[in-house]
Amino acid sequence: MSDEIKVDKVMDLSGLACPMPVVKVSKGIKEIEVGQVLEATSTDPGSLTDFPVWARTSGNEILKTDQDGKNIKFYIQRKS
Amino acid sequence: MATIEEQVAELKTQLDAMQSKTPSNKLSMIVFSGDLDKALAAFIIATGATAMGMEVVMFFTFWGTTVMRAKNKNVGGKDMMGTMFGAMLPKGAEKVKLSQMNMGGMGTAMMKALMKKKNVASLPEMIALAEELEVKIYVCEMSMDLMGFKREEMVDYEGLSFAGVATFLEEAQNSKVQLFI
Repeated sequence: MSDEIKVDKVMDLSGLACPMPVVKVSKGIKEIEVGQVLEATSTDPGSLTDFPVWARTSGNEILKTDQDGKNIKFYIQRKS
Repeated sequence: MATIEEQVAELKTQLDAMQSKTPSNKLSMIVFSGDLDKALAAFIIATGATAMGMEVVMFFTFWGTTVMRAKNKNVGGKDMMGTMFGAMLPKGAEKVKLSQMNMGGMGTAMMKALMKKKNVASLPEMIALAEELEVKIYVCEMSMDLMGFKREEMVDYEGLSFAGVATFLEEAQNSKVQLFI
C-alpha cells in the first residue's frame, strides 16, 4: 500500500483566524461522503491543537498532519 | 414476581426519565457586556461551538442588548429618557467600544485595523456567520424596556426573538455548557 492518501476534497484555509478554520472545516466535511478524505490547509497555529479536538468531538479522524513552515496540512476522514 | 415484560417496561420508564434529565449538547450564553472585545469573544465561542456540533443559544441582556441594535433603524415615539439612552448608547455592533484601551475611540479604531490586518473577522461578520450557523438569539425584554429600546430597532436576524429570564433558564437547564460574558 502506498503512503499517498486519496483526497476527495481540498480546502485552503490559509490566512484565516480562529474560529474560522474549524467552522469552515466542519462545513466542508459535510460536503464529502463518509469514508472520503478532506485535505485542509491552515496557517492558524491554534489549528494544531484545535483540529484534533474538533475531530474527536465531531467523530471524524485525522489520518495525517503535515507541517511545512506556517502551513499545516490535515488529512481528515469523514467518519459519521 | 414481576414478569420479564413488566420489568422491561419499568426499566424503559426509568430510562426515559433519565434521558429527559440529561442536558443536550447545547451551549447557553448570557451576553451581559456591551463591549466590542467581549461580544467578539462571545460570538467566537458561539460559532466555534456550532462547529463542534453543539446547538447554541445566546441571551443578550443589559449592556449586551446594544450589540444587537441595528445601525440604521430609527424609531420614534420614545419618551425623553428613552431618546436620551438611545442616543448615548452604541447603535449596534459597529459602534461598540473596547472594554479597555478605548482612548476616546482611538484604541477601538486601532484594534479594528489590527484585526483586519490579521484577518480576524469583525463583529458584524461574526454576527452574520452566527446567523448562517443557526445560532439562536434572545434579547432581554426587560433590559430593552429599561433603556427604552424597541423591538423594531434590533437587527434583522433569522433566529432572533425576545424573551425573559425564564426562557434563558429553561435553555440553560438543558445545556451542557453555560457561560456568562
